Amino acid sequence: MPVYSEKVMDHFMHPRNVGEIENADGVGEVGNPVCGDMMTFYIKVKDNRLEDVKYKTFGCGAAIAVSSMVSEMAKGATIEEAQKITPESVAKMLEGLPKQKFHCSNLGAQALNKAIDDYLIKTGKLKADEGKCCPFCDHEDSENDPVCKQGCQVNSPEAKVS
Amino acid sequence: MTKVYLDHSAAAPLLPEVRQSLMPYLDTDFGNPLSLHDWGDAPRDAMEEARAQVAALIGAANPEEIIFTASGTESNNFAIKGLALAQQNKGKHIVISAIEHFSVMNSAKFMEKLGYEISEVPVDKNGLVNPQNVRKAIRPDTVLVSIMHANGEVGTIQPLAEISRITKEKKVVLHTDAVATCGTIPVNVKELGIDALSMAGNPFYGPKGSAALWVRRGVRILPLLDGGIQEGGRRAGTEDIAAIVGMGKAAQIAARDVVERGQKLTRIRDMLINGLPDKIPHVAVTGDLAKRLPGHASFCVEFIEGESMLMMLNSQGVAVSSGSSCTSRALKASHVLLAMGYNHEIAQGSLLFTMGIQNKPEDVDYVLKVMPPIVDRLREMSPVYSKFLKASKGGQ
Repeated sequence: MPVYSEKVMDHFMHPRNVGEIENADGVGEVGNPVCGDMMTFYIKVKDNRLEDVKYKTFGCGAAIAVSSMVSEMAKGATIEEAQKITPESVAKMLEGLPKQKFHCSNLGAQALNKAIDDYLIKTGKLKADEGKCCPFCDHEDSENDPVCKQGCQVNSPEAKVS
Repeated sequence: MTKVYLDHSAAAPLLPEVRQSLMPYLDTDFGNPLSLHDWGDAPRDAMEEARAQVAALIGAANPEEIIFTASGTESNNFAIKGLALAQQNKGKHIVISAIEHFSVMNSAKFMEKLGYEISEVPVDKNGLVNPQNVRKAIRPDTVLVSIMHANGEVGTIQPLAEISRITKEKKVVLHTDAVATCGTIPVNVKELGIDALSMAGNPFYGPKGSAALWVRRGVRILPLLDGGIQEGGRRAGTEDIAAIVGMGKAAQIAARDVVERGQKLTRIRDMLINGLPDKIPHVAVTGDLAKRLPGHASFCVEFIEGESMLMMLNSQGVAVSSGSSCTSRALKASHVLLAMGYNHEIAQGSLLFTMGIQNKPEDVDYVLKVMPPIVDRLREMSPVYSKFLKASKGGQ
């Protein structure tokens, strides 16, 4: 059996909504080069709806398929609906993700939510008191720290075997 | 669809002659070589012939110095643990390089738990160990140095003969993981001046599950597996005669063909090593260009990630490997590339092509045709690439 479902392969080989939005209403960036996946989501909001959703993704097949699926699920949705998109619902729509990919590559919902938060902060609907979080353990890190300070298993720079 | 297999470091096909040689031992000649009755004779003779063939491939003085094991990993575990434990009264310090295979790396970590100290010798940008750094790492209590002959991920061949001059002078046992080199380039244990060597059959078209550890006569090793008297009491367990016979046959053929194979593979390897950076900007060859395994072409493609390249190449019928975090089950970027000084972002773009004897120049032509559009596509959707483009525009 192939590692990826047909649905994942379809979204990976033919990703929907790739790109950037100039003068986006909200931008959300997650991931770092240590773990291997990085995603930037761009949203355009009109009348409380995500009129347009685009993204750029650096990462594996799963990461690209996840971004594509999230963009499809979010496009046209209300803010509240889009906020309900979770890694679990994305994985379900993709007909499953390999176990080891679920945590590392399933960052799309988080990136989208960051873009929504960015929009809400810019429009004064949310207070800007959130720090950057590690995508794996939700530990808050400083803006420029590429590695989770909590030292969570997946994200630690253990690769540099000492 | 065109199918091009360029992942021989993961698995290589059996040679037809090898398959033919081992079949009887899965069938009529199923006996146990330890048996005294007639059923034991044919397997015993075949096993000893294979031992001599494997010894001949590496220029070992005595076939009895060959201990058959079940994998390169087992051979490396056996060497690190067995050679160190046999000398525990002398000292508890082991020297390895920073780019060893996990089976050496993790065996050393295991020895650390038993109270041994491990020193890691660094490598340079090309993945080369400087022998003088081995000299510096050796202490009065050092009992074992293990430096791989060639790295399977970046193809760099280490200056083992220079390193062995140092270990001889310091009277320290030198082991090498030669899984990537045995049968691929000429290997001679006397010329290399080493004391122990790990090898596996599959890289030279023998069966998987066939492997060996060579230990020079006079060097003590403690068995990993206790039990019967197989393999001179050094590796208990009924021998896998089919695997052993297959490895012997493959070794015999490799000893005959190794130079010719190497020349052929080097030619098509260089087509790829020169062609890919020529067709695609921001592609770097990893590993040493001259001291390199034939048939081994490894790269880092900037701004994109290895697994997505691998999957897209697969959709075009091309099989390759990558050392990116996503590709590894451990979700960590290659420790080899990091030790060579590549940062995480670049290491994520690692791509590895390993060629075998059935590959042809047309295979490389095909890769050079399908690869540039794949890289373009992935770069187009990469946030790292768009940042790079914006930064370089801003700089003008």
